[in-house]
Amino acid sequence: MVLKITLGILLTAVIVFGIGLPMSPHPQAWYELPVIPGLEEKARIIFFHVPTAWLSVVAFLTSMWYAIRYLRSRDLAYDIRSSAAAGLGLMFCILATVTGAVWAKFNWGSYWNWDPRETSIFVLLLIYGAYFSLRSAVEVEEKRATLSSAYSIIAAVTVPFFIFIMPRIMPGLHPGSKGDPEGAGPVVDFKMSPNMRVIFFASLIAFTLLFQWMFSLRVRAAKIEAHNRQRG
Amino acid sequence: MPPGKPRPGSLLRSVRTVFLKDWRSELRTRYAVSALLMFVITTIAIILFSLGSESASADALSGMLWVVIFFASMSGLSRTFVMEEERGTTLTLQLAAPPAAVFFGKLLFNLVLVTGINAVTVLLYALFINGFVIRTMSIFVVTVVLGSIALAAASTVIAAIIARANTKGTLYPVLSFPIMLPLLLSVIEATRKASEGAFFAEAGGEFQLLISYIVVVVVSSSMLFEYIWKD
Repeated sequence: MVLKITLGILLTAVIVFGIGLPMSPHPQAWYELPVIPGLEEKARIIFFHVPTAWLSVVAFLTSMWYAIRYLRSRDLAYDIRSSAAAGLGLMFCILATVTGAVWAKFNWGSYWNWDPRETSIFVLLLIYGAYFSLRSAVEVEEKRATLSSAYSIIAAVTVPFFIFIMPRIMPGLHPGSKGDPEGAGPVVDFKMSPNMRVIFFASLIAFTLLFQWMFSLRVRAAKIEAHNRQRG
Repeated sequence: MPPGKPRPGSLLRSVRTVFLKDWRSELRTRYAVSALLMFVITTIAIILFSLGSESASADALSGMLWVVIFFASMSGLSRTFVMEEERGTTLTLQLAAPPAAVFFGKLLFNLVLVTGINAVTVLLYALFINGFVIRTMSIFVVTVVLGSIALAAASTVIAAIIARANTKGTLYPVLSFPIMLPLLLSVIEATRKASEGAFFAEAGGEFQLLISYIVVVVVSSSMLFEYIWKD
């Protein structure tokens, strides 16, 4: 209950302030966001696009975590959690790709540029796709759980190559790429003013709570489904 | 876990036994080798036909080499595990050898297979495709060797998953591609540098990436293999 109320307040605040606050070239009052040359109003995407991309990675790691737990305990409840997290991850991954592509059309001129980060989100989409096609190919529950857990762990150990290494050694358009005047590195300084920073981190927290809530709903639904299937 | 700790050296011996077993059964039928060879020849022929009298840029050609190699591996490397399932020898092998021995034996077999096939592919590719030139031989040789090891490492564990899922290879490229992409991107980049005539040190980043990729994939798949292999 507390979770839902906090989530409601946080998300409403992020949407209202993220979209509604005016932008001015010389921000004076606390509610004025700075204008970033070259981005202008388009800078607002950072409040929504970055959290979805962040969640698609968090979901992926959650899925891997429960995959490890499953392999250690062989308890199918963990497999339900693992696949529920992967399903949510796929959804947020699609959201991040679509919002990013639409934004890129207006800011960088085309929907897709094969920038290293675009490559990495594409690979994440492929991994989720492969994970679910593997799951649909195996009918025996235990076998499906074991094989898909193994695949998600193997995929997880190669993902850091995309998220942390590839974008640093290849030139690209996103902040933090090689050749960025602000410096390439895992910690990206977004050039955000303090009030933008507050909205940004509030949004990250809100989206994470949203994930938490959706995840528990999905797990409960999947458990009821499994229970019903057992009773015939 | 098998009861009792195996003596050091006994693991190496069983790895060798598994490898020799696969080697002998391959020599008997030559299924994998001939399938792979024919695949490489067909693909290169298709590239030649589609190019016609046009000449593609050296960039495109160095990328295309790895397209041939990737799909050739996808057509043949799942064989080692799928074969066991088809013949119904999986259970016997599970009883006869510890999982680690099976994994490293099969890995070694795939490594030998893929290195041999890649050598043939590179040779044929260089002979028949006009415009494919390598200016820095050292980069190219190291790239092909590291690329072969990395391909064998990633494809072996995916092959084990595929064989247990009874899907006979339709899913194999689907599952392998996202796992292999870091390796493919860096070998393509390194081959491009080799054909442009860059200095050896300039490809250092790609080689570091390949080596760390090999280490990460071999370690994690040898840990996971036991779970995949045993029901």
